[in-house]
Amino acid sequence: MAKRIEVKDLDIYYDKFLAVQGVSMTIQPRSVTALIGPSGCGKSTFLRTLNRMHELVPGARVDGKVFMDDEDLYGPGVDPVSVRRQIGMVFQRPNPFPTMSIYENVAAGIRLNGGRMKKSELDDVVERSLRSANLWAEVKDRLNRPGSGLSGGQQQRLCIARAIAVQPGVLLMDEPCSALDPISTQAIEDLMLELKTDYTIVIVTHNMQQAARVSDVTGFFNLRGVGQPGELVEIDETTKIFSTPSNKATEDYISGRFG
Amino acid sequence: MRKGSTVLPSTERTRSRRAPQRPGDRVFSGLSTGAGVLILVVLAGVAAFLVAEAWPALIAPADEVPGPDGIVLYIWPLLFGTLLAAFLALLIAAPLAVAIALFITHYAPRRIAQALGYIIDLLAAIPSIIYGLWGIQVLAPLTVEPAGWLEENLGFIPLFAGPASTTGRTMLVAALVLAVMILPIVSAVVREAFRQTPRLHEEASLALGATRWEMIRMAVLPFGRSSIIGASMLGLGRALGETMAVAIVLSVSGGVTFNLISSGNPGTIAANIALEFPESTGIAVNTLIASGLVLFAVTLLVNMAARAVINRRREFSGAN
Amino acid sequence: MPVTTSSERGPDLHTPLSGVPLTHGQLPRYAAQFTLLAAIAAGIALTLAGWNPAASAIIAGAGYVVVIYAWSRTVEGPRKARDRLVTAVVTGAFLLALLPLVSVIVTVVGNGIARFDVEFFTYSMRGVVGEGGGAYHAIMGTLVVTGLAALISVPIGILTAIYLVEYGRGRLAKAITFFVDVMTGIPSIVAGLFAYALFALVFGPGVRMGIMGAIALSVLMIPVVVRSAEEMLKLVPNELREAAYALAVPKWRTIVKVVLPTALAGIATGVTLAIARVIGETAPLLITLGITSSVNLNPVDGRMATLPVYAYYQYVTPGVPPEPALERAWTAALTLIIIVMALNLIARLISRLFAPKTRG
Repeated sequence: MAKRIEVKDLDIYYDKFLAVQGVSMTIQPRSVTALIGPSGCGKSTFLRTLNRMHELVPGARVDGKVFMDDEDLYGPGVDPVSVRRQIGMVFQRPNPFPTMSIYENVAAGIRLNGGRMKKSELDDVVERSLRSANLWAEVKDRLNRPGSGLSGGQQQRLCIARAIAVQPGVLLMDEPCSALDPISTQAIEDLMLELKTDYTIVIVTHNMQQAARVSDVTGFFNLRGVGQPGELVEIDETTKIFSTPSNKATEDYISGRFG
Repeated sequence: MRKGSTVLPSTERTRSRRAPQRPGDRVFSGLSTGAGVLILVVLAGVAAFLVAEAWPALIAPADEVPGPDGIVLYIWPLLFGTLLAAFLALLIAAPLAVAIALFITHYAPRRIAQALGYIIDLLAAIPSIIYGLWGIQVLAPLTVEPAGWLEENLGFIPLFAGPASTTGRTMLVAALVLAVMILPIVSAVVREAFRQTPRLHEEASLALGATRWEMIRMAVLPFGRSSIIGASMLGLGRALGETMAVAIVLSVSGGVTFNLISSGNPGTIAANIALEFPESTGIAVNTLIASGLVLFAVTLLVNMAARAVINRRREFSGAN
Repeated sequence: MPVTTSSERGPDLHTPLSGVPLTHGQLPRYAAQFTLLAAIAAGIALTLAGWNPAASAIIAGAGYVVVIYAWSRTVEGPRKARDRLVTAVVTGAFLLALLPLVSVIVTVVGNGIARFDVEFFTYSMRGVVGEGGGAYHAIMGTLVVTGLAALISVPIGILTAIYLVEYGRGRLAKAITFFVDVMTGIPSIVAGLFAYALFALVFGPGVRMGIMGAIALSVLMIPVVVRSAEEMLKLVPNELREAAYALAVPKWRTIVKVVLPTALAGIATGVTLAIARVIGETAPLLITLGITSSVNLNPVDGRMATLPVYAYYQYVTPGVPPEPALERAWTAALTLIIIVMALNLIARLISRLFAPKTRG
């Protein structure tokens, strides 16, 4: 059920401002693709175009094509709601619904679907999702407590459980560890390696070591200069990017010599 | 909400334990504490002075108090009318107010949303006397024909038993005017809460594939629930105590009835005070103050009940 | 977790979900607008056919909702249909609410404009019977009473807010928070009775004074000021306070030099709105100030006219012939609305011009 994503000549705009220019890439299923680059280069913006969250900003739009397997996500008649149903997203800061219990948080996506699921089936899905997110052992005795009572790392894993409960084809992660401590970060990274057997994972990260640890493929975004649009400089096997990148800018960034 | 403000004083306490307090600090904290205590004193004073001035009426023999049968039977129809008008108004206004708040925060194009909010704010500030003048001049005549229709076709329901008023100065119109009056207040509070819904939560539900309405149900409404209750409380309180609009609009005969469209209505406490007070002397003034005391107690109860509801919800609406 | 589990588990949501196509039926682009136009046309047709305009509008609105829901449900499915239904209902509610509000303004302006002249603002009602006369005394009275109320309420309100946010802890703070909430719910007439009862105990029954009105208004105004100031102080980020403490600034100077300036625009806005809220109060002034027909600017010397009470009495006791008094009542109402709107505008300007840049 993991899906392949293919991006062709994607330009991303805020009103008239061109934020990201000419991105083309293929994201392989059952792998982790990391997107790295300096702040403001449009990695997160790009990530949000993959599940059409970008257009929630007034005036935001894109040119170009994004295919999930063979379906054009921006094709005519495509409902962004259905796109987001099949492409899950985990945000920078953990954001469990504060008014819902842990159980309800995980079930939220399924409830939306309106599928009349039996209580026992729903219980199964919730348990399976929480197990997949390595959170089951910690919360199984307090499923009816509010999700906001968990620690930051637990909350983030709860959000991952919520995202995978609806079995999306792709999982987008927007700097999922940037608000977490090293131990929670480790837990999430381990989780990513487990999840990639089932899902296509795209992660935006500021942390190059993290990209090197978890990803199979790494894409490097950069800005030509202030006020210029961001662009994808190169994308390749992670080992290659971190050892022998083909682009000078990439090498400078990786080795800590910016600009 | 409280979290942020309790963190700071506690760190402050440890600091002040170590060091002696500066004179400036002492004066300033004394002043601000004094102001807070003064509020408690004023509130206690409101209750105390009302009781003191109401007392003569409470102990007076029944035949000295205005009205034929003593003070209880004088106040009861007024209390009934007050509650009827206020709850009716809230029933009309609350759903509308939530819808308006939603429209402004989540449906209207962002460019004009601020202007729309501004318009609603302005209308919240229109003095009640003006709503009263408008009610009797514009709204009351408009309802005469529909009220007749209601009596003819739905007359079997006690609410619309009739006979329909020919002037429109009915309980229905009073409640409608009250609803219009509290609508902007309620919706302004709710709107503020909806606007503060964390973007993160909205995005979380959208990323799960929610439609706009589903997103609102998952993220916005739960977040704003206690505010909706609080705002309704504000609205109810205002409707209970609203004086001038009702005094101008409602035609009163004094009976206790659920009939909303006739010209024989129970009055309301507040309107009754406004109408009678300027011409009253002696024990009649004390009686009116006693009725005001009842109104005060009722609004107090409403407020406290609403606070209890809000506090119970706090656990789930907490930090993040 | 191997991929196959989902299909082994039988008919749970994965099977339908992976099969969900990205595209499904969609209404034509202008479906909503088209349906709306049709509904409006139907409404106009009904009105022309002799129906009550209000009834036709209701029927047209309901018709729009039903049609768009049914259409969307058959083409786009129940979730999308419900989304459209809510959109229609929410928008409709907004438009419905605007109707009475627009009507209020139109009515007041329409009736009040006739006497909106120089005489109205320069003459009192002293010795006026029938035509002529004005509300100079009432306008001045309103300014005096409201100004006094603000003088009493603003320091108390802001200091209390500072106490609640910066110092308050334990039971006292809880009690104050609670009773400020309770105080916001005090009916204005009760505030008036309180002021009357207070002064009646000292000066005997039947007392009427400007200061009584100011105290009654303060009871209404203080909680509003406390609430808004408290909100604004809470918005000041804790980092700012900590930054000041780290520079060894004493707490009270931190509050005066850092916290208050940051929140000042917001507090000023709140105070202005609180003034706008009480300046139109009628009921408490009716029982504490009464009414008079000549100018009295001394708040401790007997009856005083105020604009709202003036409007009320001109309307309910117009005399013979009634028209001149009714016109004066509406003009007083119009003046009141203008004052309130101006105050709101000022509040808006303050918050826009002087807000600290951090909040954007």
